[in-house]
Amino acid sequence: MTNSHQLKRVDFIFRNENDWEKVLSSTLKRKPAELINELISSELKGRGGAGFPTGLKWKLTSEEKSEEKTIICNADEGEPGTFKDREILSKVPCKVLTAMAVCGHVIGAKKGFIYLRGEYKYLEPELKKAIDEFEYYCKEIDFDFSISIFMGSGAYICGEETALLESMEGRRGEPRNKPPFPSQHGYLGKPTVVNNVETLVHAFTIFKYGAKKFYDLGVQYSRGTKLFSVSGDTPKPGIYELELGMSLQDFVYEFGDGDTKAVQVGGASGFLVPRKKFKDAAIGFKGKLTGISLPTGGSMMLFNSSRSMFNVLDNYLEFFSEESCGQCTPCRVGCQQLLLGIKAVKRGDKPAVYLDKLMRLTETMQLTAKCGLGQSVANSFSSIVENFREEMIY
Amino acid sequence: MDSIQSLIKSLANEYGRKRESLLPIMQAVVDREKFLSEYSMVEIAREIDVPAAEVFGTATFYSFIETKPTGRYIIRICKTITCAMKGKNQVLFAIQDMLKIKLGETTPDKRFSLLETNCLGWCHKAPAMLINNEIYTELTPEKIREILTNYMKKNGEN
Repeated sequence: MTNSHQLKRVDFIFRNENDWEKVLSSTLKRKPAELINELISSELKGRGGAGFPTGLKWKLTSEEKSEEKTIICNADEGEPGTFKDREILSKVPCKVLTAMAVCGHVIGAKKGFIYLRGEYKYLEPELKKAIDEFEYYCKEIDFDFSISIFMGSGAYICGEETALLESMEGRRGEPRNKPPFPSQHGYLGKPTVVNNVETLVHAFTIFKYGAKKFYDLGVQYSRGTKLFSVSGDTPKPGIYELELGMSLQDFVYEFGDGDTKAVQVGGASGFLVPRKKFKDAAIGFKGKLTGISLPTGGSMMLFNSSRSMFNVLDNYLEFFSEESCGQCTPCRVGCQQLLLGIKAVKRGDKPAVYLDKLMRLTETMQLTAKCGLGQSVANSFSSIVENFREEMIY
Repeated sequence: MDSIQSLIKSLANEYGRKRESLLPIMQAVVDREKFLSEYSMVEIAREIDVPAAEVFGTATFYSFIETKPTGRYIIRICKTITCAMKGKNQVLFAIQDMLKIKLGETTPDKRFSLLETNCLGWCHKAPAMLINNEIYTELTPEKIREILTNYMKKNGEN
């Protein structure tokens, strides 16, 4: 059992400080190695959902020997239930740009890109203005760095970093084999850092206030704060910055409508937690000694007892079937068969035990799919089928 | 040289004749023509020296690169979980009723096309839809009638 941990609202990300120029010029005076150490000691982990230590990513890329390097801000926010990156880019774009420039200074990149999803095209004009202002200031302080926007065109899979790179290189957004990782072989074969929008804002906070301020928030293995996109059956949908490590029980107490049946943590590729497990579940990265720890890109979708979990799963599987890039068989065929399978069970064309066969299929997908999309279908599928089996059966 | 050829030529001049320019060029053509025809694909292939099959393969991968003729206003309604929970179907029926078209169709006057899309990132203000690049949220059948009426009044302009 985890100790009850009050929800703690924090306000770092959207705090409008308007001092990015100062932060940028003072941070650029510091040595790359010092900045990497600062990031590493803050224990900042990638906020897109996968949770790779950001400092380590920058360090690995900085160690590569190459004339050209690139920093890419991943704004291909496609996970169902996530909308924080849009808010960041429309409210505090200069914090993101500053962190990109600092990353450029650390790894030795002169060029940055923002990969913006096609669905957010309306953000482009304002973002361009912010970039112009930013580049003007960079010139003023004699720092050679430029940023361009690369528009996506409606493909969820391009949020996967290597699919994103393929897309930027003018190809189908099909994930690459790893290794080599982008830190060695990224955009156009050059060492590349790909960071989520929110990760970069946290890096800004760390450079401004120091690693300790960030590290002191959150719990072991899950330091700092996180933006949560709250939606579904809740009286207060929206975006909230909260300390990591909270229990789901406290979260539901704050955001539920009194009749919360289950919460989907981490979007369609995350886990569904039923009411009876709320008190054992904590929001954060793996490594806690007890209870269930739930890593997340920040998507929190609440369902009350009026919702049918069959429909929820059906919606997710349709999403995955459409968004699977089709490159590897386990994911391409697996997603389609799972969708057909649950429908057949619901209609009564297949017996209830067929669900167990489908569960084994998700295990196979978890082991054999090439990227996170196919591997993570098992998360929502098994957590819904295990906990709400009766709703899946005719 | 026809208008598509000269458009593609000028886009290639702007974005460069590299493989990395393929997506921006295709997006710009779709922006102008509202879809990417096979003829445009072949022209792009010729212009930036990439096999036409590769251009076709890349174009058809992305859901926002339309390869069939569409109307001047493309309505994309979000069908992912929260929007679906919050009454997306009622909104969809209101649109279909008003425009007299079904999903995937275009009105005979070539003004509106109706499509479904995956998560638009407005789950806290569901249901949501895009009309070209404009976002509309917290939709209801009443709101739909108001929004579409305004679009119908826009005559000729984009």
